[in-house]
Amino acid sequence: MTQTANKADFPAVDLQNLVSQLAGILPQDSILHEQEDLRPYECDGLSSYRQLPLVAVLPDSVGQVQKIMRLCYSLGLPIVARGAGTGLSGGALPYAKGVLLSLAKFSKIIEIDKDVCIARVQPGVRNLAISQAVDHLGLYYAPDPSSQIACTIGGNVAENSGGVHCLKYGLTVHNIQQIKIVTIEGDLITVGGGGLDSPGYDLLALMTGSEGMLAVIVEVTVKLLPKPQRVQALLAAFDDVMNAGKAVGNIISAGIIPAGLEMMDRLAIKAAEDFVHAGYPADAEAILICELDGAETEVTEQTDAVRDILNNSGATEVRVAKDEQERVNFWKGRKNAFPAVGRISPDYYCMDGTIPRKSLPLVLQSMADMSVKYGLAVANVFHAGDGNLHPLILFDASIAGELEKAEEFGGKILELCIRVGGTITGEHGVGTEKLNQMCVQYKSTELSQFHAVKAAFDHKGLLNPGKAVPTLHRCAEFGAMHVHNGELPYPELERF
Amino acid sequence: MGLKNDISEQLQNRVRLAIEKGEALRIIAGGSKGFYGRDVSGSELSVTQHQGIISYQPSELVITARAGTPIKVIENALSENAQMLAFEPPAFGERATIGGTVACNFSGPRRAYSGAARDYVLGTKIINGKAEILTFGGEVMKNVAGYDVSRLMAGAMGTLGVLLEISLKIVPKPEAETTVMLNLGSEEALLKLQQWASQPLPVSGSCFYQNTLYVRLSGAEKAVREMRQFIGGELLKNADYFWHSVKEQRHDFFKNDQALWRISLASNTPILSLDGNTLYEWGGALRWLKTDLPAQPLRKFSESINGHATLFRTSGKRDEIFQPLPKHLLQLHRKLKQAFDPHGIFNIGRMYQEY
Repeated sequence: MTQTANKADFPAVDLQNLVSQLAGILPQDSILHEQEDLRPYECDGLSSYRQLPLVAVLPDSVGQVQKIMRLCYSLGLPIVARGAGTGLSGGALPYAKGVLLSLAKFSKIIEIDKDVCIARVQPGVRNLAISQAVDHLGLYYAPDPSSQIACTIGGNVAENSGGVHCLKYGLTVHNIQQIKIVTIEGDLITVGGGGLDSPGYDLLALMTGSEGMLAVIVEVTVKLLPKPQRVQALLAAFDDVMNAGKAVGNIISAGIIPAGLEMMDRLAIKAAEDFVHAGYPADAEAILICELDGAETEVTEQTDAVRDILNNSGATEVRVAKDEQERVNFWKGRKNAFPAVGRISPDYYCMDGTIPRKSLPLVLQSMADMSVKYGLAVANVFHAGDGNLHPLILFDASIAGELEKAEEFGGKILELCIRVGGTITGEHGVGTEKLNQMCVQYKSTELSQFHAVKAAFDHKGLLNPGKAVPTLHRCAEFGAMHVHNGELPYPELERF
Repeated sequence: MGLKNDISEQLQNRVRLAIEKGEALRIIAGGSKGFYGRDVSGSELSVTQHQGIISYQPSELVITARAGTPIKVIENALSENAQMLAFEPPAFGERATIGGTVACNFSGPRRAYSGAARDYVLGTKIINGKAEILTFGGEVMKNVAGYDVSRLMAGAMGTLGVLLEISLKIVPKPEAETTVMLNLGSEEALLKLQQWASQPLPVSGSCFYQNTLYVRLSGAEKAVREMRQFIGGELLKNADYFWHSVKEQRHDFFKNDQALWRISLASNTPILSLDGNTLYEWGGALRWLKTDLPAQPLRKFSESINGHATLFRTSGKRDEIFQPLPKHLLQLHRKLKQAFDPHGIFNIGRMYQEY
């Protein structure tokens, strides 16, 4: 596993002095600085990047967060915020000479307003805990990342998390109404409001998905939705992945927006089947799971329509869940796909590109070709409805050079996504992992604009330094290895 | 629709010149929303000629168009494929463009049920204040690479850059739509709207005025029919005309010289005890107020309930239109303005005097 050393461009701080200053803000047991205490914070869900912070702090009040921020600001000390650490892009990777700010103690649901269908919660509240807390009111919180049992709402806002239901119900940005943030200077600011909109710029959108680069989120007001009257799932098998891809387009073209529309390829189906025995057709090249929800009659009509579309698109088998148990079974394999793949390979590398749906056949074919070239298998699990791919590249980190090979393969997949008009990350974020691909997706002027936005919030560059947006120098170095069409990228920069 | 309607280079040159001359620019397209916001001085930068749908494939649920494209052109193209803009934007004039609509983040009756213009913005191409043409976001549904600059442009009223192109997510048109009227008092109507909001019902528009609650239902034919029975009330004939008149502010309520205030607040806020005539929308979360009251008490009241008041239309002075921002928030706005428009040339003072 890679030990990632961050660049030492911030002033060194005396640890004892820092700890004693923090002790003026927090109780002793909320300040961790011994190696063994810091170990749980050394990585997030992307464990190939590891780094111990100088110190980790666990405040439990907004006032404490403000004081910590002011202290870091005055000392010029980097600070990395962390929720549950389930992120998959190294966004919460600590900074060696910095403070790791855990929001784990902010785990209270402050208020549920049934009349307005909102819940005001602290950032450390788990995603699923919100839906559970409002279940008895017939309400739920729609975005459902697969880590929802563990991931926190603060992290969801920081990453603009999606999930299987965002095709119909949107991402985190569509499902929050107000947040409270603490700036690097320690100011507490409310963004959004009690109504459906707020005056001034849409800072709620800007903060959502900003990966902890702009401010620390200390409160989130989420919108809740009434649970649908009926939920119905269909499962279709195909003997050709391309047909499954076309079926997706045919459903959407028919004016139907399913609540979820997921696809798995042969390798993923087999892994899932061996793991949870969901009863998937084992000889299929691809399966589609389509979930419809809404009013009773509407779902009935749409179920018939989708069944016909699937059959007409060349499905070899279409199953309509006859009860809740069967519906849960359809999902069981999909929801366990990642750990299932983890069983058949010592390591896997999960990618997160999004492409226009029409490019699905092309991208699938190219990935299959690259898989042969790199000698690494790929299992495909994706949110087909919105074109969000999660190719899982299988490798063995104990074999010298395989991790690097997997990373290179992954990088190539992302560049392919850009070429077909897509993006390098649909929902996992850039973090530490995809900095190089940001250089491919954006021009230097666009990256500079991102840096200017960052500076507007954090002119000392202390919040989550080195993540999300690459420096132009990094891009120049990366570009030197990836010359496209004989053009030298970033010609305006000096070469090293 | 070809290249001849792409004037981005001319626009970029014009911005470059303005930077050199230290000249302020007033961005304009169809001119239908000139009534909205603070008065702006500066030389006119018109994007009207920058027109055309660049890409539209119905099965992708995305449309990309140049900013000067009339809303009508977009709506017609979508309609041919039984699709629509989910946020039902008011045009406020024949010449309204997609650029102006997104710049104002204007959304119509469907907003409370389907989301605002900003919710459907997937990508933008802009000219920033350094005369650079930049692209953010794209044509895909999910994209978290880089900050969400595209959505930030929605509602920024051209103060952060010149919109050149916009990609929007689109949705299928509902199979059936019907509107019912119920005779109710205001408190009862608000309560009803609240109850319906927490149930999975296919409501797509709501309006309350003069003891009548208008509720629009959209969806599959059978579902709409069932819901209509559940809600009761009387069927509204010419429903499209009614919603159009509310959306475009041609309804009788809007027809007098009094100032029109737009108060955005939590939907369960009780009936406002403010002098004036009120029309309710968005399940109670939007209240239009025709009043002669001065700004101060309205702002104060709105602030006290975590809402905000906008002086939407006035024949008087247009110096303070939007709810003032708290100190630290205003400071962030100023810095963001500086980040996009370092020379201070775009629509200076259109939103707030300070930037």
